[in-house]
Order: sequence, then structure tokens, then C-alpha cells
Amino acid sequence: MLNCPIPKSEYDKVILAHGGGGKLSHQLLEKIFFSQFDNELLNQQNDSAVFDLKDQRLAFTTDSYVVQPIFFPGGNIGELAVYGTVNDLSVSGAKPLYLSAGFIIEEGLPMDDLWKIVVSMKEAAEKSGVQIITGDTKVVEKGKGDKVFINTSGVGVVYDGINISPKRCRPGDAIILSGRIADHGIAIMSAREGLQFETTIVSDTAPLNELVEKMLNASKNIHTMRDATRGGIASTLNEIASSANVGVNINENSIPINDQVIGACEILGLDPLYIANEGKLVAFVDSNDAEKVLGVMKSHPLGVDSIIIGEVVEDHPGRVVMKTSIGSSRIVDMISGEQLPRIC
Amino acid sequence: MKYIDEYRDSKIVKNLTNEIGEITTRPWSIMEICGGQTHSIMKYNLEEFLPDKIQLIHGPGCPVCVTPLEKIEKAINIASRSDVIFTTFGDMMRVPGLNDDLLSIKAGGADVRMVYSPLDAVKIAVKNPDKKVVFFAVGFETTAPANAASVVEAERSKVKNYSMLVSHVLVPPAIEVLLSDEASKIEGFLAAGHVCTVMGYSEYEPIVQKFEVPIVVTGFEPVDILQGIYLTVKQLEENRFKLENQYSRVVTKNGNSGAKEVMFNVFEITDMKWRGIGTIPQSGFKIKNKYSKYDAEKVFDINDIKVDEPEECIAGEILQGKKKPFECDAFGKECTPEHPLGAPMVSTEGACAAYFHYK
Repeated sequence: MLNCPIPKSEYDKVILAHGGGGKLSHQLLEKIFFSQFDNELLNQQNDSAVFDLKDQRLAFTTDSYVVQPIFFPGGNIGELAVYGTVNDLSVSGAKPLYLSAGFIIEEGLPMDDLWKIVVSMKEAAEKSGVQIITGDTKVVEKGKGDKVFINTSGVGVVYDGINISPKRCRPGDAIILSGRIADHGIAIMSAREGLQFETTIVSDTAPLNELVEKMLNASKNIHTMRDATRGGIASTLNEIASSANVGVNINENSIPINDQVIGACEILGLDPLYIANEGKLVAFVDSNDAEKVLGVMKSHPLGVDSIIIGEVVEDHPGRVVMKTSIGSSRIVDMISGEQLPRIC
Repeated sequence: MKYIDEYRDSKIVKNLTNEIGEITTRPWSIMEICGGQTHSIMKYNLEEFLPDKIQLIHGPGCPVCVTPLEKIEKAINIASRSDVIFTTFGDMMRVPGLNDDLLSIKAGGADVRMVYSPLDAVKIAVKNPDKKVVFFAVGFETTAPANAASVVEAERSKVKNYSMLVSHVLVPPAIEVLLSDEASKIEGFLAAGHVCTVMGYSEYEPIVQKFEVPIVVTGFEPVDILQGIYLTVKQLEENRFKLENQYSRVVTKNGNSGAKEVMFNVFEITDMKWRGIGTIPQSGFKIKNKYSKYDAEKVFDINDIKVDEPEECIAGEILQGKKKPFECDAFGKECTPEHPLGAPMVSTEGACAAYFHYK
């Protein structure tokens, strides 16, 4: 029996922007899901829920993948679905172990495409050291899906002494970014119909578990980690600033971005800070350990371009402020819906 | 990145701001016309570097912002029809109509598609011969040539199911209206570089002479804008009024003749309603009669749609530089980028959205 009234929202329908990773996504989570599923573990608002089970701390997470096109420069929906969940576990401080995989397939999907996707998932699982131990397939009528949607859930183990949470970062922490931003989003856009620009940009989709393991071995003072996926690093930093009620200061000049990505963003009127990544993390580290952690990250193939991009401050709690390339300061807000290319 | 980094160089910025500081002895109000410039000013917080005496007024040069509510309602009406594929540039999707915007009717089942070029809309028409494909042709002189070219292309390739809903506006008539207003505080203008790339700058000379106001054609990067401000302040301080071209790496006196040719082949100048300002004579484009079969206002029966602007939104005063966004009671409260009451809160080029995101 449905006895709770639907929370008042100014939207009577779900719109695409509810999935954009910005303010509307957060409102949807807060009003519809968190309000009903309310519990202590969910309220951690971490990339994975971490919980104890008979002296064993576990992390559990789930994510659905609806990327279009399903094959894109540098990857496909299958490996993305594996790496995405592996990364959500990793940045929660867990060692990823087991994944489930659920497929919603639109009738008419070429069997060859499905095969390629599944083979790449197998390879991605091997590369990440996880096993896909359960799964499900459903086929829907043509037009009721879009080729294939994949959901993966993952379980990992969290070792003693590791406590990563968005609420743990504190003033003084250094903010480390693991490499160039916005490659994934631009690679996807360049492959979409209607947008003919040629780049050699490929998605950065990659498993971060090995990198994270090295970081955690190097320091017990990593307070917070996130992989900066949908909504880009701007959304990730805003989420953390707001969760921990701290101010975040970043320096535009220190954020590495590929020239081709900058070019594409200039043409389309997009801000790379809001564009998705699939193999990049930000870590909030006690400043005394920052150089040590940075060194370890730089020695790993997925972290060679790692750099300190800013710090946590007491001022302007909940806000991200950026020193621009010309030396002025401005707020980096969370995006409302999805970035829309400008007219001119 | 070459051709960009030079114009975002912190040393050059510092030198320019020092020079502006040195020559400024009195308060001046300068309007940047173009929303692209407003966006840069906010994104780089250029005002942080300017002397307090210089006030920047953010002008009406955001095409999304000045498209009248009536046109949005016409767009929503057309897009809601089951035999229509409605195509638009991205940032028109969230402009609020009376009850809906294009994004929300899309969620309700309407076939609304974002395109990056009007020629893509023509391609969609070719691929979907059983649908009427409509492109929402919005913008200033900058986007008009490409939009006009789509009509020429449709004619050339004999596409019969393509039309445009046109809401094109022109910059010079708007400047004249702003300057003719006795309450106007504007003492100098940064003209929009990209508009002048197409049109050239010669059409601004009569305005400079008539109103005795400095106009400097200006680009969009921080260094461009600061140079434009410097040149304007220098004229004002020396009591001169001239047309100058800061953006000479792109803009010539007569503009792009090919672009103008295709534009005036398809469009003719007409009176146009501006959101928040009202009708400005001879300030927009409509499709010429010879291409009327590509004019969505003639293809669809929408001429009964008449809508007045909402009263709570002070977009008109914002767009004319009479008020700053934070002087609006609804700013950041009832009116946010998630729920814009008026168009300046929608596009990142809109003054209200720029203030909301960056201030």
C-alpha cells in the first residue's frame, strides 16, 4: 500500500537532467530515494556502502550503464560497467572482489556486438582482479531500450585501519587529482551522431584499484577519495565540500587538460570541469602525507600526471572556489542539469 | 593552446589592468553587448581587476535571453505535435515557456532533438520523410548565415519536410534603443566581435556619430575584453567618441561577404519582439516570401498564439542594464538555473545565470 505522498517537486516527470550528476540528480536522490530508503549505511553517501559482517568489513555498490554509443573511442559499455563499479569500490578504500552483471538488451542487438561487449567485460574483470559471479539477462522489445543497458553491483573487502569517507576531509588537506580530465566525455561526444569533429582523444576508462591500493599502502591519512565520473571534477569537489561542510580551493592552472579536449570544449561552449572521467580520482590527503602519496601515484601508469590541485580550507564551507588562469577567483558551482552547448 | 593562451596570459592581463587603472580618473559605465563577453567577464571574474570607478553593464546580447516568450510558446506548440521532429541548439531546451520548456515536453514524449548545426536538421528531414522537421533558428547575425544556408540546402536538395521557426535579432537597432532611453547610463560600448565578423563594423559608425558614444569592437578572451575596456576608457577620458576595432585579428570593416550574401538571400529585415524589451523596429529577420514554404510560421497554424511577458521577471531591466541580477527579488530564490523564471537565468551567457554561477 502506498501511503506516503510523493515529495513535492517542481517536476511532475523525470527529465534527462535528473541523470546529469548535478543539482537535479541530487534533488532526485534526496527527495525520492534517500527519504524512503533512509538508513545509516546509505546515509554515508559514499561511492560504496561500507559495513561490518562478522568481523569483516565489506563495501557494496551498484551502478547502471546506459552510455550511447555503446562502442566509443577507447572502450565500450561492457568494460565501462566493470571498471566503473571496480572504481566505486576502490575509492571507498575497498579491495574489489566480486561483481554481478545485469543486462537489459533491446531486441535486434547484433549478437556480434553482445559478444564483443562480454569479451571485453571478461578482460576488464581479469585486469581488475575481480570475478563476475552472478548475472541476469532480460530482452525488451525494439524501441523499449537502446541496444543494451548494463547494471553491475560489486562487493569488496575493506582492510583494518582504512577509513575513507567524504565526511572525513578537513581544512589543511591537500587535494590530489590523478591525471588529465574530461577525456571520457569528449571521446563519447566525438563519437555521437551529429557532432563531426575528429580527435585522437580516447576514453580514460581504467580500473583504479591497483593505484588506490598503492596509495593506501603509502599513507593512513587519506581521508576522502572519489572517482570523478558524471558531472566531472567540479561536481565531485562540490559534493565533498558540501558533505564535509568545508571550503575547497583549487587552482585552474594546475588542472591538467589535453589540448584537444580544450579545443573541443572551446568550440562547443563546454566547461571541462563538468565533463565526465572514467579513470580519474581525487584524493583528500593530510598535507604531511601529500608528497608521499603524490609520489606513489606518479609511479603508477594510471597516475603519472597526478598533481596537487588545491586544498581544503575553513572559509566558504560547502563552496568550491577556483583561482583562475589569469589570477582572479571565482566560484565553481555544481551544475544544474546537463551542460548544453551554447548557441554561439 | 595557441591562439587562446596568449589571450589568457596573466602577465598581459596584469599590465592591461594597471594601464586601465592609470588612465581612469572618473566613473564610467560601459556596456558589453554580447552574452559571450558577459560569460568571459564572469568566468574570469575580470571585475576583480577593474577600478571601482568602472561599472560594466551586461547587455542584451544573449540570443536565448531575448527570444520572446511568444516564440517559445510557438516552439512548444509545434514540437508537441506527433508528426513533428523539433530540432534546436542545446541551450534553447531549458528556456521556460508559460508552463513547459522543450526539455519537459521531450520527457512527455515529444520528439525534440539537440543539433549542433542547422544542416544536421536538414539531414534529419531527409532521413524522416514522413515527419515535418523544424529547426528553431535563434540568434544574432552570428548564427544567421548558417541558418540561412540550411534553407538554401533544403531547396537545393528538394527537401520538402523542412522548415525553420525564426527568431533572429540584430545588434545595431538594439544599441540605438538603449541609447535613445533617457534613463540610460551607458557611456561606451564593447561591440560583439563575432557579430562583426559576419557584418563588419561599418554599420556602427552612424551610431557613434549620432549618439556621440565610443564603440569598440571587442573579442571574447580576457585580454580582448580588457583591451576593449582600455580603449573605451581612454576615449571617454579624452572626451572622444570613435569607432575602434580591438578584434582586428578576425573583424574587418565589411565583414564576410559570402555569409552576408546567403543571409540576405533567405532573410529580410523586419520588426521584432525582444523578450523583456518589446518590439524594436527593423531589428530582426524573417524568411523572404520566395522561401515561405520553409517558414514554420506559415507551415503551421500558430499565428493565434499571443503571449505577454511575465511580470515578476525583470529581464527587460536586466538586459537594458538598468538593474543588476541581484537587485531582482526573485534572484536565487524563486528564480534559479534549475527553475528559471526568465531567460537570463537559462543560458550561461545570460547575465542572471552568469551571476548565479560565478558570483
